[in-house]
Amino acid sequence: MIWDKKSECMTEKERQRLQLERLKKIVKYAYEKVPFYRKRFDKAKIKPEDIKTLKDISRLPFTQKDDLREAYPFELFAAPLQEIVEIHTSSGTTGKPVVAGYTRNDIEVWSEVMARALAMAGTTKDDIVQNCYGYGLFTGGLGVHYGAHRIGATVVPISAGQTKRQIQCMVDFGTTIITCTPSYSLYLAEAIEEEKIDKKKIKLKAGCFGAEMWTERMREEIEKRLGLQALNIYGLTEIIGPGVAQECMEKTGLHIAEDHFYPEIISPETLEPLPDGQKGELVLTTLTREGMPMIRFRTKDITSLKRGECKCGRTLVKMERVQGRTDDMLKIRGVIVFPSAIERTLLEIKGIEPHYQIIVTRPHHLDELEVQVEVSKEIFSDEVKHLEEFRKKVENKIEDAIGLRVKVTLMEPRTLPRSEGKAKRVIDKRQL
Amino acid sequence: MKVKQVSVFLENRKGRLLEALEALKKADINITALSIADTSDFGVLRMITTDPDKTRKILEKSNFVVKENEVIAVAVEDRPGGLADVLKVLNDADLNVEYIYAFVRRSGEKAVVVLRTEDINKGINALKKAGVHLLRAEDVSRL
Repeated sequence: MIWDKKSECMTEKERQRLQLERLKKIVKYAYEKVPFYRKRFDKAKIKPEDIKTLKDISRLPFTQKDDLREAYPFELFAAPLQEIVEIHTSSGTTGKPVVAGYTRNDIEVWSEVMARALAMAGTTKDDIVQNCYGYGLFTGGLGVHYGAHRIGATVVPISAGQTKRQIQCMVDFGTTIITCTPSYSLYLAEAIEEEKIDKKKIKLKAGCFGAEMWTERMREEIEKRLGLQALNIYGLTEIIGPGVAQECMEKTGLHIAEDHFYPEIISPETLEPLPDGQKGELVLTTLTREGMPMIRFRTKDITSLKRGECKCGRTLVKMERVQGRTDDMLKIRGVIVFPSAIERTLLEIKGIEPHYQIIVTRPHHLDELEVQVEVSKEIFSDEVKHLEEFRKKVENKIEDAIGLRVKVTLMEPRTLPRSEGKAKRVIDKRQL
Repeated sequence: MKVKQVSVFLENRKGRLLEALEALKKADINITALSIADTSDFGVLRMITTDPDKTRKILEKSNFVVKENEVIAVAVEDRPGGLADVLKVLNDADLNVEYIYAFVRRSGEKAVVVLRTEDINKGINALKKAGVHLLRAEDVSRL
């Protein structure tokens, strides 16, 4: 179902006209209301009037997460506090949290884009939405909540955790739509299987899974084990929260609500815009946000954009599933390598513990990549030959995945750092 | 006729072997035979001890990856050609030796050779047929 045909199925011309009109307005608004933007624009010698076409956006300076931290708490707000009706923050695992302020109209926009997202997963008034995203400062909980309200579906605001209760509600209420992180959905599936609950009692149709990176392989597994359509949802506090983009049933990318969030892809190295189809860093500009406009925010997420009408009928641009983050992107012998690609490969090999560390060195003017993995009891053999064979197998699989020969080192269990919070997976010892 | 051997994965890290051995010392376990196979990155410690099950448990408690498996132990004359005679038996039976280690308790007495063939049962049968003196677990630990 398409929630807002007028906005989601615009012709290219209509869309560009609307985007340009909104872009001009938001740039002027940001310049006038937020000293941070005024200073930045002045320094870059650009005035709001210089924005004459959509392409001119590339003349504007970027905004980065550190800028938001420095602006803690309210310095990037464009609206006076009397008009801010809600505040959210990002987790703040590294340094100060990012604070986002919403006006009543921002909440309105958020509800709309989230309603579109949930509708892409087939949500209607008749559905029961079990929202397992955390309620509170995190945007996940309330974002989904507002969208479900907008549609008129029945929300179960259960928030995160309490797996037994989650399953009980799911069965007793007949939940049809679930929203949570992809890893939690697998955890739920496991718990359902463990409690030997009759799968017929689970009425789930679809799920919007996001807030962490996942893979197609995980999608297959979630769909199989929970018997639903597993769809990708994308969003970030800096921009608005969940609802920035959502996958439709075609599952070929996430439709960005580009009438509200203008997407660009840039090269993380040259910072120049890249054409559609090319992989790079996603940069977003909020076109309608009043509380805290974001101009060219660097998301650090790696993806690409795909234009053209989707089979679902929507014309909104599609972004590919997030492939990695620029913060952990590595350049080895000139080849760009994402640790997440190595991680995916390791997860597919039986007998490896899901802990690893990547070490980059440059011993003789040539980069070398070492991947340390923990040996499990399953693969340990008293014969060196078998261990060596296993090591080679892992090396080959990683080479297939990233196109580079790496050195795999087998480590004893529990010697590598655990991923509670943010484990340091990559150690770059090169002196660059 | 099979003897239990305990193998341990050792990361190539200073003091790691010592840690394993000290855990056994504390538990009052005696090692009767030992060998280490090593590569540039890791090693595999193999040993026969007075109590293999306890050895495994103790080492697992200390976070080592441990495996228990079975090997063949034979008593060999401590003289030139003693080991060659045993290996000839296996060679004639077309059996490949995966690894082998030996120790002598006192000069001139019989040496104990620990070995593993690809198919352990075939190895045992071939050696038995040739009249080689196979040792039982108790024999080895009592040496």
